[in-house]
Amino acid sequence: MTALLAALLIGALVAFVLWALSGPFRARAAAARPGDSDARRALESAKESKYAEIRDNETDYRTGKLSDVDYRELDRQLRAEAVEILRAIDEFDAANPAPSD
Amino acid sequence: MAFAGRLALVLALVVCVYGIAAALYGARRGRRDWVDSGRRSIYCLAAILTVAMAILEVAFIRNDFSYNTVANTSSTTTPLLYRAAAMWSSQEGSLLLWVWLLSIWASVATVITRNRLRDIVPYASSVLLGFGAFFTTLLVFFDSPFAQTHPAPVQGAGLDPLLRNPSMLIHPPMLYSGYTFFTIPFAFAVGALVVRRVDADWIRVTRRFALASWLFLGIGILLGARWSYYELGWGGYWGWDPVENAALMPWLISTAFLHSVMIQEKRGMLKIWNASLVLGASTLAIVGTFLVRSGVLNSIHAFGASTLGIPFVALIAAMTGGSIYLVVSRRDVLRSEHTLDSLFSREAAFLLNNVVLVGLCFVIFWGTFFPLISKAVTGTSAAVGPPWFDRYTVPLALILVLLSGVGPAIAWRRATLANARRNFLLPLGAAAAMAVAAYTVVPISSSIGVVLLFCAAAFVFASVGQEFWRGWRARRATSRDSPPLAFLSMVRRNRRRYGGYIVHLGIAVLFIGVAASATFQHEQTLSLQVGQSTKVGAYTMKYVRATGSVVTDPNHTGATMTLGAVLRVTRGGHYVGTLRPSAGYFPSSPIVPGLVVASLISGDAVDQIGLQSSWRRDLWAAIKPLGTTLPANGTQLPEEQLISKADALIPANEPGADQLSLAYYLLRAIVTHYRNFPPPASFTLIASPLVMWIWIGGLIVLLGGLTAIWPAPSALRSRVRARYLARVAQELGRA
Repeated sequence: MTALLAALLIGALVAFVLWALSGPFRARAAAARPGDSDARRALESAKESKYAEIRDNETDYRTGKLSDVDYRELDRQLRAEAVEILRAIDEFDAANPAPSD
Repeated sequence: MAFAGRLALVLALVVCVYGIAAALYGARRGRRDWVDSGRRSIYCLAAILTVAMAILEVAFIRNDFSYNTVANTSSTTTPLLYRAAAMWSSQEGSLLLWVWLLSIWASVATVITRNRLRDIVPYASSVLLGFGAFFTTLLVFFDSPFAQTHPAPVQGAGLDPLLRNPSMLIHPPMLYSGYTFFTIPFAFAVGALVVRRVDADWIRVTRRFALASWLFLGIGILLGARWSYYELGWGGYWGWDPVENAALMPWLISTAFLHSVMIQEKRGMLKIWNASLVLGASTLAIVGTFLVRSGVLNSIHAFGASTLGIPFVALIAAMTGGSIYLVVSRRDVLRSEHTLDSLFSREAAFLLNNVVLVGLCFVIFWGTFFPLISKAVTGTSAAVGPPWFDRYTVPLALILVLLSGVGPAIAWRRATLANARRNFLLPLGAAAAMAVAAYTVVPISSSIGVVLLFCAAAFVFASVGQEFWRGWRARRATSRDSPPLAFLSMVRRNRRRYGGYIVHLGIAVLFIGVAASATFQHEQTLSLQVGQSTKVGAYTMKYVRATGSVVTDPNHTGATMTLGAVLRVTRGGHYVGTLRPSAGYFPSSPIVPGLVVASLISGDAVDQIGLQSSWRRDLWAAIKPLGTTLPANGTQLPEEQLISKADALIPANEPGADQLSLAYYLLRAIVTHYRNFPPPASFTLIASPLVMWIWIGGLIVLLGGLTAIWPAPSALRSRVRARYLARVAQELGRA
């Protein structure tokens, strides 16, 4: 009885493994959208990081670690960097339009 | 079912090898389907190993002693909860736990990155499956948890009584979770360096897993320290044991990484440093795993000598060599985008913090491996002890605590003198006030090191408190939230920052506990008769009476005999509390005919600590009831002569059950005699200040870590993003 159970268990495992590993070869490949690409993702991450930096800068100012002058100068610089990233995203999207449905 | 378990491990190995090949082939040829198949191998590995774990757990729970690992570490007398956990008290069971946890966390990482880092993931998957292949190879060819003996023994050897402690149920899974989590940032670092891409996206993924590793490993280290303090009977929580050090080193390096990766995020600096740190932390985690299993260094935590040393050395060599090659060959990609604006900046503070952390790790590494180093150089193995470690780690720890107060108070990029005055005035004032208190009110002035640490801690408390206060005030000024809500939303909106501040607070609290308890501990080891007292620091401890009990437990789930003492503690004539230390004597297995009474108590002897703990001080006591050594088995037993006489009274031709019954009766009589006419007992008595601060500090660190790792609510992210988008777009329109 135990031997039968063991055989069934291993059989089920092998079947599961074969099914799982062969799945990508059986499925149709989905069309990649520009939003899915690594380059787009990297730009999105860079944007998020830059926004986090802008917020951090503002928090530092509000908690008294930066003077007025330093804060505004840094804020200008960071927003300019954010703008560059947004431009890069726009350029990427323009060069890689999403396929029409 | 053991055969099914063995087959499952072989299947796991095959899946790992296939997955590595599929992922690499897919990456090289640009074939998404092969890459996905390789990725799915990780899920399959997790499924297979879950089945293997379940088979072994069922064997433990069902007391199937045909499994060697069950017979060696469990018994019918082991309570169910400890039986279920006994698996990881053995070499092979813990290896299975290790690779199972690896497969689970690798699956989580694979799910999270299923649509990201597509060029990196194939190589990261290969590395993770490579670790899986290594450990399953060990399980298949070196140390199988499914090895059997037929016919199966009737009874197992039982779990080491030292491990029958709730902390030990969770300590190995936490520790191994920390070690296995480290493989994920390692794998993604290797993948990123292979494809030459170390950008913001890679940082986000890697940082979160590094933080999880750091958190789990920290919990594991703290639980181990608690177990040592409550269970091992020496009164300490950290002994600079090689295995303890091996867990601390990757934790220190990952602490450094978590700080300096922020600099890479903001300024694109320290890329070589960060790559080296994340690769180094993971390599050290494997070194820690190696130390427990190889027997190269003596440790109470180790499994002892085994054949696994050489494979682990080979893996560590491959990781080290491969890491160095990748960092050197990719140094063009790892070039810094900016330089340090100012030495008076948060970046500079973080950099100094990292140097100190790496320095600490180096000191600990040197001291840990000194026996091997000295043997290689001089031919003689020489070890260094706690005084050596303390001499070099204490000053570095002091600097670390100080920096944990400097960092929060200083701005990114550059700080001005005017702002420095504003931000450091209160923390410096707090430190100065503590210095005055140290020489007037708080009795710590006899140790300059402790005074400096208390001042540094006061600096941290004030600095972090100031940050919370100002942040809360700023939040209230910009929102209509009530005071408590403003505080919560302040933390929620910036979990990384405030979670980090909470961690810094916790570290300061923890180090206060360590400094005070290590420096101002009073300890006595002496022999006392009933009625005698001794002074331990400001406390008087009096041995009031002996205690003893015998448990008739045919299942022998606990100590058969417990001998102890009642100690009355006073201070200045006023009653403070009562301590009840005891020693538990477990049965040996099997019961030896002719020595039935002795066998009932000549297994392992375990200290049960008498402890009274408060936020101000701990009173700690351990007892060793005195006796003479029985030549037969070397076990030190109290009332040895009485035990021998009792054994002689038991007729050899009595049935086993009757012999046992009589043995218990006689043992009770012996214990009653012990209670009424107690011989002197050896006590270790300790009065130690602020020990509880260590555990409280650890909990605060845990809270801070959880705060930092908790994901921000996506709706909030969207709102914030939309607002900033609008502002940036506005600027664009004006430009």
